[in-house]
Amino acid sequence: MYKATITIRLKTSVLDPQGNAVKGSLHSLGYGEVRDVRIGKTMEVWLDTPDAGEAEGRVEAMCRELLANPVIEEYEFRLEKGA
Amino acid sequence: MRFAVPVFPGSNCDEDCAKAVREILDRPVDLVWYKNGNLDPYDAILLPGGFSYGDYLRTGALARFSPVMDAVAEAADRGKLVLGICNGFQVLLEAGLLPGAMRVNDHLKFRCSIQTLRVENNRLPFTGLYEEGEEIRLPIAHGEGNYYCDDGTLKGLEERGQIAFRYAGENPNGSVTGIAGITNREGNVLGLMPHPERAIYGWMGTDDGARLFRSMLRYWEGMHGAA
Amino acid sequence: MVRLEERMMADRVDRASENEPGPEEIRDRECFREVGLTAEEYGSIRDHLGRLPNWTELGIYSVMWSEHCSYKNSKPLLKRFPVEGPHVLQGPGEGAGALDIGDGQAVVFKIESHNHPTAVEPFQGAATGVGGIIRDVFSMGARPVALLNSLRFGSLSNPRVRYLFEQAVAGIAHYGNVVGIPTVGGEVEFDASYEGNPLVNAMCVGVLPHEDLQKGIAQGVGNPVIYVGSSTGRDGIHGATFASEELGEDSEEKRPSVQAGDPFMEKLLLEACMELVKKKILLGIQDMGAAGLTCSSAEMAAKGNTGMELDLDRVPQRETGMTPYEILLSESQERMLLVVEDGREGEVREVLDKWGLQSAVIGRVTGDGRYRVRQKGRIVADIPVKTLVDDAPVCYRKGEEPEYYRVNADRHPEEKWKECDPGEALRQVLASPNVASKRWVYQQYDHMVRTSTAVRPGSDAAVIVLDGLDKALAMSTDGNSRYVYLDPRQGGMAAVVEAARNVVCSGARPLGITDCLNFGSPEKPEVFWQLEEAVNGMSEACRHLGTPVVGGNVSLYNESKGTIHPTPVVGMVGLVESRRHITTQEFKREGDRIFLLGETLPELGGSELQLVLDQKVSGRPPRVDLEKESQLQRIILTAIQKGWVSSAHDCSSGGLAVTLAESAFGTHLGAKVHLRTKWDPLVMLFSESQSRAVLSVSPEHAEAFAGLAEAEGVLCAEIGEVCREYLTVEVNGQPAIDARVKDLRAIWEGAIPCAMNPFSTN
Repeated sequence: MYKATITIRLKTSVLDPQGNAVKGSLHSLGYGEVRDVRIGKTMEVWLDTPDAGEAEGRVEAMCRELLANPVIEEYEFRLEKGA
Repeated sequence: MRFAVPVFPGSNCDEDCAKAVREILDRPVDLVWYKNGNLDPYDAILLPGGFSYGDYLRTGALARFSPVMDAVAEAADRGKLVLGICNGFQVLLEAGLLPGAMRVNDHLKFRCSIQTLRVENNRLPFTGLYEEGEEIRLPIAHGEGNYYCDDGTLKGLEERGQIAFRYAGENPNGSVTGIAGITNREGNVLGLMPHPERAIYGWMGTDDGARLFRSMLRYWEGMHGAA
Repeated sequence: MVRLEERMMADRVDRASENEPGPEEIRDRECFREVGLTAEEYGSIRDHLGRLPNWTELGIYSVMWSEHCSYKNSKPLLKRFPVEGPHVLQGPGEGAGALDIGDGQAVVFKIESHNHPTAVEPFQGAATGVGGIIRDVFSMGARPVALLNSLRFGSLSNPRVRYLFEQAVAGIAHYGNVVGIPTVGGEVEFDASYEGNPLVNAMCVGVLPHEDLQKGIAQGVGNPVIYVGSSTGRDGIHGATFASEELGEDSEEKRPSVQAGDPFMEKLLLEACMELVKKKILLGIQDMGAAGLTCSSAEMAAKGNTGMELDLDRVPQRETGMTPYEILLSESQERMLLVVEDGREGEVREVLDKWGLQSAVIGRVTGDGRYRVRQKGRIVADIPVKTLVDDAPVCYRKGEEPEYYRVNADRHPEEKWKECDPGEALRQVLASPNVASKRWVYQQYDHMVRTSTAVRPGSDAAVIVLDGLDKALAMSTDGNSRYVYLDPRQGGMAAVVEAARNVVCSGARPLGITDCLNFGSPEKPEVFWQLEEAVNGMSEACRHLGTPVVGGNVSLYNESKGTIHPTPVVGMVGLVESRRHITTQEFKREGDRIFLLGETLPELGGSELQLVLDQKVSGRPPRVDLEKESQLQRIILTAIQKGWVSSAHDCSSGGLAVTLAESAFGTHLGAKVHLRTKWDPLVMLFSESQSRAVLSVSPEHAEAFAGLAEAEGVLCAEIGEVCREYLTVEVNGQPAIDARVKDLRAIWEGAIPCAMNPFSTN
């Protein structure tokens, strides 16, 4: 069993309105040093797969096919061996 | 001319679309459950608004894997008319039948209001009864209508006349160059955020949407006869 | 011997969960207090059972006997409401009330509060309030066609209030938008008394053919009880009890009590239930709302004069290791309980499968009047079901006229502010968030889905047309809590008559109301007095107008930093006989004559002007004369039906000046008005005297209209005409207001966005 923790966020070239709003709020709260905020989402996917290499390939495919939209989003993930 | 309105779990403008076809065009229209992969009997497909699959993951992302979407792609390929309204537009983007992607509105809020649009191209099957450059009023109701595409794609859309409608005056969601609706290269697939089916009688606040449906009928029956 | 056996059974249950106190421990350590039961109530439970209750049973009684489910504090008062009428198909007691609208159709509607959940988690709290009221309506068999709401928040100058308001509105919007039911109307008031205790009341209106009307009853011994929808988790346990307590410092830590909603699931549940109704499969259906599975199942059995046996192992569960107590009391959202004829389970499953919904037969209807619950083969509760519903304790409390009410009798606000300029006063009142445009709010609601909205938010009442009929429904929510605070009886009446007037101004005949009574702790005599007086006023007005109360909800203990203003909210539904009668508040044509109907008296107590100039209210609110009110409504409706009326707008918050300004805001028109009065200009323009309206009438009908008013004995003054661009008002020949409508509209539209975004530079 492997657990994949996948992070998906908007590409840096795409304007992130939520991140901008949060940045504005942080500034108004006095966190003036905040240069940028990007908001994304995290997914945890558990796979019944014995092999790390296979798990990596499958997660990569899931991200491309469904979990991220390549037009505006980028993704990264890490795998952990689970019980 | 026969119309199909695919229904996904969470669609909520399916009946409204069917009503518009029945009342404005007086043509047969069927609601088609998303598990049905056969749209052969139909000449035009209307992908309705709503929140297919709750808009979970991304708007339109899950609906695109329904069996009916294979049939929609096939219909588009065969030159049938495909109209995606609001969530239907989002599904067409996710399915790759139209270029680009949708983001959350720039002001981060859901927005329901009647907006002024400019008809950018009236040589499309969907816009024949509008004047080019004409300003019309249509309602919008969405939280994610902030259309995005990269500069190269935008240039292509502009050169090929694929931009059907732009917001005139206020841009209610931050979309790239105020884009409200685009077509594919062939012009037979249109996606737009505003709801023409909510604008077919004066008492609705505007009836400018009726001509979009009439344009489709005139185009199709002009080519294929009134069958 | 019997007692010993019973005790053994209870002991066995106790061992099912180590963390719960046993029956003796509950008695000895008075654990019943933890779930909000008094020693006296605990005693009644022992009598009903003939033994000591175990923890599960105690939990069941505590929620069934909470104010939220049993109305124990308000029941004696609620009996005063008129609930009958020739057109009433279903009065209070079911999920929602139903009224005949002719052509074999009925309108089903109800309003409900979700105040406490909103105070702790505004987005989910408000959203699930909407979800609950939608289920109340479709569990009656009706297709929901419209949503409305009534909101009360503290001052927008407080950042916490802005957060609560923004999130609550977003939650309401999200739920209704996803389910695809237009949110067509509502009202918002801001007052410091709601600072820690906001109010969110949601109303849903549905339509059905008479034969589809459902009931929440369990009938037919042996019939299956079917659970449909989301799995049960630990969310919202004791929500009903939570709703019946004051909010304290620790309320934010009670967060687990707040449920999360899934409007997508609700949409599937809605469509599946509509299909089951059309197939005529259901014998009984009820939403698992407040107090979850317990309340729905016990009420269904009690109403059906039957019993019920439930097996908790069959209840779909989202979490592991849930105790019977938790499963029974969970308020997980988007769940329904059905009873169908034995043998038709397959047909039900077929429909539910199509919509991708899980379901399970979790029990059977029995004939022995017992409410019996099993888990893991053991009986975990065994209660005479009627004692849960019919024997809930009733508290007969006594009210006491509060000090502030007596003191206020001698305050006469209109004697002050003589030197205030009416034009400047109008600008200030238009900028008050109470009067200002609520577009910031309703723009977030999809108010056009279903393509039946003929009058969108922003007018006196919303209007929905009915498919296949020339008829339409008008609806409005109203309640001026400042009036109710100053005089609960008059304020209660005003809430009803204003709602009716709004509906009439849109061209409809008022049919009936649903109400939500939001008050403080009934244990305080002055609060109970407010409640009693308000109910009396509302009852009187409903009787007079012939609009019965067909359902509603009571929310007490709305106290955090002090008591909220007493806030009865009225949801009124009216019938528009023909779409041609649909009327809005905006002026339509230059040259139309403007009429003021009704009498203006020096009544500025509780007015918006008083609030703006004094920052608080005092004195007595405007008085309601029910006879004058019904005369007024009669002639407005008659004139509309004759086709004479271009626009109709009732006078309410902000008085005549605001009514005129708002009538001009919808278009590019203005008005030239000359008033003759014995009062001071400020009084004439800002008094909030009841039973008044401003109508514009085309010149060719002006004479006939004035004649009609005279014949009916309604005071009617032609005060000016519709013109372009400017609002000019003269009082007794002296200029009072002279402004560009565009400028006034900018103030009115900008107030709330500006208050919500105080750091914005534009």
